[in-house]
Amino acid sequence: MSWLIIVSSWFIPCFILIVLVVATVKKLPSYELFVEGGKEGVKLAFSLLPFLVGMIVAITILRSSGALDAFIGLLAPVLSFLGFPPEVLPLALIRPISGTAALGMTTELIQTYGPDSFIGRLASTMQGSTDTTLYVLTIYFGAVGIRRMRYALKVGLLADLVGIIVSVIIVTLVFG
Amino acid sequence: MVNVIWACMAIIGILYALFNGTMDEVNEAIVESAGSAVTLSIGLIGILVFWLGMMKIAEEAGILKWMTKLLRPLIVKIFPEIPKDHPALGYILSNLTANLFGLGNAATPLGIKAMQEMKKLSKSDVASRSMITFLAINTSSLTLIPTTVIAIRMQYNSVSPTEIVATTVIASLAGVVSAVLIDRYYYKKESRRK
Repeated sequence: MSWLIIVSSWFIPCFILIVLVVATVKKLPSYELFVEGGKEGVKLAFSLLPFLVGMIVAITILRSSGALDAFIGLLAPVLSFLGFPPEVLPLALIRPISGTAALGMTTELIQTYGPDSFIGRLASTMQGSTDTTLYVLTIYFGAVGIRRMRYALKVGLLADLVGIIVSVIIVTLVFG
Repeated sequence: MVNVIWACMAIIGILYALFNGTMDEVNEAIVESAGSAVTLSIGLIGILVFWLGMMKIAEEAGILKWMTKLLRPLIVKIFPEIPKDHPALGYILSNLTANLFGLGNAATPLGIKAMQEMKKLSKSDVASRSMITFLAINTSSLTLIPTTVIAIRMQYNSVSPTEIVATTVIASLAGVVSAVLIDRYYYKKESRRK
């Protein structure tokens, strides 16, 4: 599975290469467009700041008090048996509910266990591979005034579950 | 729901510390983690600026439009209830393409337009089959480049911040495929009952 790691590291540089070649051939003002789009990034980073501070502080309180470890220790036998690292369980539970909360948890896991640890890689994959089901449902159904959403929530949450299970399997296979 | 979860994490932590004598650790954690969260957010600026700048060029260069064309035959099959020349399909396609490139802010207004067009087709306040399929695909969001995660990994000195791109794409692809399948299953189950 090591070719997947190579694909990963080639993917972004190749994408940039294609974008810049196409833009240059088409005689677009690429540098000016870059700056214009980049301004959005500054806004985005600052808008994330309060979410990250709030969530990271709350999780750190939970972890440093010893409560989180006690909770994980309680569930560890069952989850480890299934091949699921118990440390990642809180992230898996909050991922469909809040994107920014999940981002805070992912960050805290990467900080605590290191980005290149198994848990760090698994948290990264989980965070990146799905969107916040509850948020998407609220925004889209809210925007057009849908009152009965039928089986939509069930479908969204089940798909999240599949995504989480596949994350564990694929990260184990590639980096195990 | 998030409010309760967030508050409970801190409440449980402080109560636990009260009974287990770890209050000093908690105090230290509050001060330190708040600071480190700010450092992190500032550190994210670089990669976010770079990536959003790149995506702006990609958009103007027509790369997003090219992807839209590529996906069209597939999307027509997934949404059998929408007429082939209906504008809803166009919005669905551009929303999915924007998501593919991690352009969440551009994807949302396009998705809302798609929902409005689908509502014109269904003319009711009950979610239609196509709407649910669209949402199912969106909640498991197929992503090619998980920008923010890569940025965080860089901040914590990962040897290879992008090594998780392939695993992320595979996990998210599995999510999307199963979303479509689960959606079909429930649709068939419900129409059989009628």
